[in-house]
Amino acid sequence: MTFDERLRNVSVIGAAGKMGSGISLLLAQEMAKQKLKPENKNVPYRLNLIDINEIALDGLMSYLRAQLTKAGEKTTVLLRDLYRDRENLVENYDIIAAFVDDAMSVLRLGTDLNMVKNSHMIFEAIVEDKNVKVDLLKKLDRLSDKDTVYFTNTSSIPIHVLNNEANLGGRIIGFHFYNPPAVQRLAELIAADRINPELKDMSLELAKRLRKTIVPANDIAGFIGNGHFLRDGLYAIREAKKLAPEYTLPGAIYIMNKVSQDLLIRPMGIFQLIDYVGVDVYQCISETVSGYIKGEDLKDDLLAKMVEKKVLGGQHADGSQKDGFLKYEKGRPAGVYGLDKGEYEMFDPEGWSGEIDKKLGAYPEGTIPWRKLLMDPKKNEKLSVYFKNLNASDSLGAKLAKAYLKNSKKIGEFLVETGVAKSADDVNSVLLNGFYHLYGPINDYI
Amino acid sequence: MKKLRKPVYAAAGYNTVSFGSGRREFHPKKPRPGLEEYISEAGKGVIAQINDVNNIDEGVIGNFMAARFNRQGNLPGFIPFIDPALEYRPCTRVEGACGSGGLALYTAIKTICSDLADVVLTMGVEVQNTVKAIYGADILAGAGHYKSQRKNGHAYFFPGQFSDRAGTCYEKFGYDYMRKGMAHWYARAVTNARKNPKAQEYHNRIEDLVAAGMTPPNPKVFCDHLNVYDCSKVSDGCSALIFASEEGLQKIGIDKKDAVEVVGFGQSQADVTRLPEDRTRLTTTRKSVEKAYEMSGLGPKELGVLEVHDCFTIGGLLHVEATGVVGYGEAAGFVAEGKTAIDGEMPTNATGGLVGFGHYTGGTGVRQAVDLLHQLTGKAGDCQVEIKSDRPYGMLISMGGNDRTVTAMIFRQAA
Ligand SMILES: NC(=O)c1ccc[n+]([C@@H]2O[C@H](COP(=O)([O-])OP(=O)(O)OC[C@H]3O[C@@H](n4cnc5c(N)ncnc54)[C@H](O)[C@@H]3O)[C@@H](O)[C@H]2O)c1
Repeated sequence: MTFDERLRNVSVIGAAGKMGSGISLLLAQEMAKQKLKPENKNVPYRLNLIDINEIALDGLMSYLRAQLTKAGEKTTVLLRDLYRDRENLVENYDIIAAFVDDAMSVLRLGTDLNMVKNSHMIFEAIVEDKNVKVDLLKKLDRLSDKDTVYFTNTSSIPIHVLNNEANLGGRIIGFHFYNPPAVQRLAELIAADRINPELKDMSLELAKRLRKTIVPANDIAGFIGNGHFLRDGLYAIREAKKLAPEYTLPGAIYIMNKVSQDLLIRPMGIFQLIDYVGVDVYQCISETVSGYIKGEDLKDDLLAKMVEKKVLGGQHADGSQKDGFLKYEKGRPAGVYGLDKGEYEMFDPEGWSGEIDKKLGAYPEGTIPWRKLLMDPKKNEKLSVYFKNLNASDSLGAKLAKAYLKNSKKIGEFLVETGVAKSADDVNSVLLNGFYHLYGPINDYI
Repeated sequence: MKKLRKPVYAAAGYNTVSFGSGRREFHPKKPRPGLEEYISEAGKGVIAQINDVNNIDEGVIGNFMAARFNRQGNLPGFIPFIDPALEYRPCTRVEGACGSGGLALYTAIKTICSDLADVVLTMGVEVQNTVKAIYGADILAGAGHYKSQRKNGHAYFFPGQFSDRAGTCYEKFGYDYMRKGMAHWYARAVTNARKNPKAQEYHNRIEDLVAAGMTPPNPKVFCDHLNVYDCSKVSDGCSALIFASEEGLQKIGIDKKDAVEVVGFGQSQADVTRLPEDRTRLTTTRKSVEKAYEMSGLGPKELGVLEVHDCFTIGGLLHVEATGVVGYGEAAGFVAEGKTAIDGEMPTNATGGLVGFGHYTGGTGVRQAVDLLHQLTGKAGDCQVEIKSDRPYGMLISMGGNDRTVTAMIFRQAA
């Protein structure tokens, strides 16, 4: 069966979730594009979007309609060409509306797993729980054809474990999108040892169609992205605990978040990133990876305590940030959670946080916010200058930043040494493309 | 060619900010002023410069597509909205696509010459940020022929039309030569706009403007032969001024040195159902320019400042050629050498033009008249051109559609 034939009937399980909805959008766009080709005029296309959460499926429908409209608005030049023969479609408005209708007509939404019956490609993006995933995969394999292939979005469960326990005979691959899948360019591709070789080619073709940059990762729990993120975050948590006696824990979290954003010139501070992913999701990754990797302590009780208090981060339905380690006002960190009191301490530039800022010291010359540097064609030169000045500075902030950078590099090198990544370039590529860092962790800056 | 049967003057000009992306205070999701606010601001801006609003006899307003951008028709009704004293004055709305402003000027002059009015409040307005640019393109495409051109036209219809012109010019005069001229046009437009607090590109911070202008076109997402810097942006705004007879000027208490006199003009209309035969020339524009020269007895050598309709950089170049200031195919070189700069040989679009100042379509012709008024009376602030005694004239060209509806007009300081 060719890739294009497989693409005629596809299913996404967990379609209403954060990742599932984005994956659904990408597939809907690609399938609509195929459907609109003259040679596919009488070919039925079906994208089955399945989720146990009925209400969330309603939300998915509106989300997809809005996003497809936006996609149509961005690709109108192309669409006008595709609809050239439809005489009644004249204005951009008519053409975009027709495209949205055509794309929506590919979709079938529901809660019933039987919908996968004719699918030859199935994407799995349900909860990160091995037993639930295995159970689902087994059911799917009973319901669908024997040559159906599975793309799992798991963040941390080794693919061979899913393959063996669900008895899929090598028809599953890790296609690890980044959040949000429709925006992030990166996907990690995780092929287990006994994989069906065709599936790898299929994945590369899929990546091309969905315009994703692929970085191969070895089938070791956490893979590259979360392999780095998990350890990077744990480092920050442990450093914060060391600083806590002097600055209190909320103060120390404030410090590590600020240093990791401002002085590492990253898009967000490390605690903001954990909140963005979800404290519970992060903890779940930590638990799962710990289960597969021996001899390294990849858990921390602070995470369990946060989850216990239901301080979870993640996003509201409208995409805005929920409070986690930090409290957010207009999307920006404005306070930090105090576990003892069970409430947030608001940043106070005139008071405690201002005091901490003073102790961190002046920023080295050349410190530029990430956002400003992102599009700067002279980015690399400016980074070199900045890091030189950072190296020369011995303020508290600079010291913490340097130690942080060294650790991040160590993690990167560790991922290469242990075979998770094939090369330093692959590690750097994941951090650049999946986490939007301006420089890879394996560098000579420090 | 008929001469004007009596002198006609213009004075008391006012432009609002040209609002849209590029302005720091612009946010697509935040509420913005509408037609009401813009018309009111510009109208009051004029009234504040004359002695008594009751001396205004008539109103005329140019607008292109409020019916679709704002779902609003009957625009003459917004003139009495400016000031209750204007209730029951005769008012007219004129439309000729992006040349609507030029038609408003033309109509005002005719009204004065008819002896039916001595003082005409002359306005032009467009508020276009109400729809996304991709749908705005549908609306603006109305300046071409919907029935025969829209279906096969580009998603961005007008950029597509001028992209075709640019493509033909590339073939004829060479890509590098033309692209360089267009890039310098963009750079000049923004440089001038940065001196004009009301310009849409006033906050533009791009360091290397010429390099930006040199960006190769990307046909996959935009046009074959234009990049985004070649295009004027989507703008909201309104401009207004007074046209008056000799008696009118006295009546409103304006000194002649603060006014300009109309010395010649030409208006020409081409068939909207047809496309230009020669993409490398603006033949209708040329016709209007010739009429203006004929009426005034002047030629390009007497002009000291130009205001041309550069909805696209390529259009700007072709307009300069249509004025006869340079020969066919020479504008790109002329501009790249800096000769259209404020202190250059022929200062052109000193406040930024459509690319730099902005382009509230139906209002642009009036905005050009206001800016020439300011130049010729020495009130153009940081954008002021030195007006020399041997070349005391300024000319504007207001164009609708793809060289379809064109008004050219020449002024000089009245005293
Ligand atoms: N959130 C991220 O940043 C991220 C990034 C990469 C990968 N992932 C992985 O993607 C997967 C999904 O994560 P998410 O963040 O989208 O979670 P989510 O909770 O937002 O979405 C999961 C969805 O699956 C549905 N679901 C749960 N069990 C189901 C079942 N048995 N059958 C059908 N639907 C079921 C839920 O109703 C929910 O809509 C996880 O494996 C996660 O590790 C997440």
